[in-house]
Amino acid sequence: MGTLRLNEPLIKRAREAASVIARDTQTFIDQHTTVTVERSICRLLGIDGVDQHGVPYPNVVVEHLVERELIGYGAFNLILDAAAAYQLTPQQVAEGIADQSIDLSHIPSFDPLDRDTKRQKLITDAVSRIKRNREFRDQRVEELGENEALVYVIVATGNIYEDIVQAKAAARQGADVIAVIRTTAQSLLDYVPYGATTEGFGGTMATQENFRLMRAALDEVSTEVGRYIRLCNYCSGLCMPEIAVMGALERLDVMLNDALYGILFRDINMRRTLIDQYFSRMVNGFAGIIISTGEDNYLTTADAFEEAHTVFASQFINEQFAKSAGLPDEQIGLGHAFEMDPALESSFLYEWAQAQAVRQIFPKAPLKYMPPTKFMTGDIFKGVVQNTLFNAVTTLTGQRVHLLGMLTEAIHTPHIADRALAIDNARYIQTAFAGLSSEIDFKAGGRMEARANEVLGEAVTLLEQIASEGLFNALSRGTFAGIKRRIDGGKGLDGVYLKRTEYTNPFEPIFSMKEVWPHA
Amino acid sequence: MHDAFAVDLSRLYPYGDTLNDGKVQLSFTLPVPADERAQAAAAEVAKNLGLSEVMVALTKPLDGQFTFFVVYGKVTVPVDYEKIRVFKVESKTRTMAETDDLIEEKIGRKLKVIGAACGSDAHTVGIDAIMNMKGYAGHYGMERYRMLEAINLGSQVSAEELVRTAISEKADIVLVSQTVTQKDAHLGILTEIVDLFEAEGVRSDIVLICGGARISHELAKELGYDAGFGPGYFADDVATFAVDQWLAKRER
Repeated sequence: MGTLRLNEPLIKRAREAASVIARDTQTFIDQHTTVTVERSICRLLGIDGVDQHGVPYPNVVVEHLVERELIGYGAFNLILDAAAAYQLTPQQVAEGIADQSIDLSHIPSFDPLDRDTKRQKLITDAVSRIKRNREFRDQRVEELGENEALVYVIVATGNIYEDIVQAKAAARQGADVIAVIRTTAQSLLDYVPYGATTEGFGGTMATQENFRLMRAALDEVSTEVGRYIRLCNYCSGLCMPEIAVMGALERLDVMLNDALYGILFRDINMRRTLIDQYFSRMVNGFAGIIISTGEDNYLTTADAFEEAHTVFASQFINEQFAKSAGLPDEQIGLGHAFEMDPALESSFLYEWAQAQAVRQIFPKAPLKYMPPTKFMTGDIFKGVVQNTLFNAVTTLTGQRVHLLGMLTEAIHTPHIADRALAIDNARYIQTAFAGLSSEIDFKAGGRMEARANEVLGEAVTLLEQIASEGLFNALSRGTFAGIKRRIDGGKGLDGVYLKRTEYTNPFEPIFSMKEVWPHA
Repeated sequence: MHDAFAVDLSRLYPYGDTLNDGKVQLSFTLPVPADERAQAAAAEVAKNLGLSEVMVALTKPLDGQFTFFVVYGKVTVPVDYEKIRVFKVESKTRTMAETDDLIEEKIGRKLKVIGAACGSDAHTVGIDAIMNMKGYAGHYGMERYRMLEAINLGSQVSAEELVRTAISEKADIVLVSQTVTQKDAHLGILTEIVDLFEAEGVRSDIVLICGGARISHELAKELGYDAGFGPGYFADDVATFAVDQWLAKRER
């Protein structure tokens, strides 16, 4: 592939500034936990299901800890104490809390040796299930193989069983990644719904059972089509780490998981999101799940030409946060999109330059490139052309995850034929353009190089400014997507708690690969 | 115009390449395998829609279970164009400067505009296009108006929150955006907002406008809004209507 001569010292400066930003924020993250981090630990200990009022047991336990001001000790310690004292499983402890036969502020004495045995077993159970999933995926990918560019489509019927029909159809048509869009507003629920669901608006509930059903269906169709079909969901909103755990347990393959997205686009409190993203990314990292970041969304509100540098800047920040959570480059699927006004002269040139620059700056990342949305209209025929030009940029710049544009983008959630037509379009371009990018040399000092370096330069200026004022302040000034968020504003701040010195989350060191489990 | 091109407006047909040929194209999917029987079924679908001279141009398998068709046909039932009446916002759009001058001259203070994407709707693209400084497609948003004080509450604002804020901020104009309309999710929240304003006794004090991809002026009026703006309208259209309506309310 031909390359742009990018200003390497600028790339180095950008990474340094982003690393300062992530490090400064990390101090705050390390001192705190949240209700959803604790609920995700409950889930790792096998607590699942709902009580007689339909409240998920992880919420029952964590609300109990909050009421008794015990959450600073961490759910893990107290559940384990109770399990040892009463000789119960964590699930039975949760049920005991629900029927008020157990109060975690009054746990009887227990045998510490027995507690330690239970501790080893519970951690091993959770860790080995996730490990097995990871190994199974690796093995299936090895056996079946997969395409170099992963064609990614969405299903969004609201009904998991109907989603399955559409997902299998899409796989047979040539899709490699199936993303099940979540029902609108699920990101603002401070719990994860339970069981298989058949109702949703503009998408389907993310539940563990829905994950399981869809993964099983895709395993079936993977065998049929002879490719490993990946499943994607959304690890964002108020339950980031819980959804990560559910995905790890049910072998999801890709998760939308952005450090800043919830703050900007869902008005979730920035402290809450930054703490939540940290543990959720560790889980994803350990589970071998590719995370996708959401920079593509910035330019649906801001302008892709004027604000392209904010995409670059956010990618550098997302990369550093992901690295602090232990994610390897190969799982950091930075997202981007540079959809420009079709009326802008040379828009294709600029878009190509920017997409190519991102590809070179993050060479190992499984980049996700997003299709036109903002300038899609009811003119479906022009929409096909817009999508085709997008497919051309995606293919020429070797993006790993190729999210397909739908000709009916501005009209409705995709009809089954819209998806098939999109896959045909992408495959046509991939086939027709095969080998083309290696024939291309960019003109030295030409407009494309100049454009890429200009955006890079602006990104460095922005990153260095954020590094000097701190991320929290930058967000409250409206640095990204023109959206301003207050440090203590937004949803979910009431779910943030200080850790006590006794606090433990034994999964952190294991998932971030700082500790090998089981101990030799 | 040449005589041969005499359109009979009381008997209007679609135009393909000859007047009154009635030609239309449609595409759809049937949940059956792609074969001759599926193709005959697709032709039948078109005939049931009242088309004649049906031609199935494409029969394409999507997978084993679904088949996609492109079909052409001729419409046999004409439309009486003379009798068609539509509801739309009837005001001649002013530029930003004209609207600002009008407010200054006739009202003498800034009008306060509150906007939000309401209910479960997380999409701010519509309200942002109307309100953000930058606007959309070359039309500046309300934040740039000298005589408007524009407050964009963002997405997923509940009906209660919107009404409470409108009252506490003494809003003159309230804009409600709805992008998600699957399964008619927008109708419930739009109605709830009107009901709450009525219940608080402030409905007549404000100009209440809704907008979104599937909002029509007719629907908006039916739901109790002063106006509805579908696709293709910009901040200047909305501002023109809102100011006229505000002045009209004051005169009453």
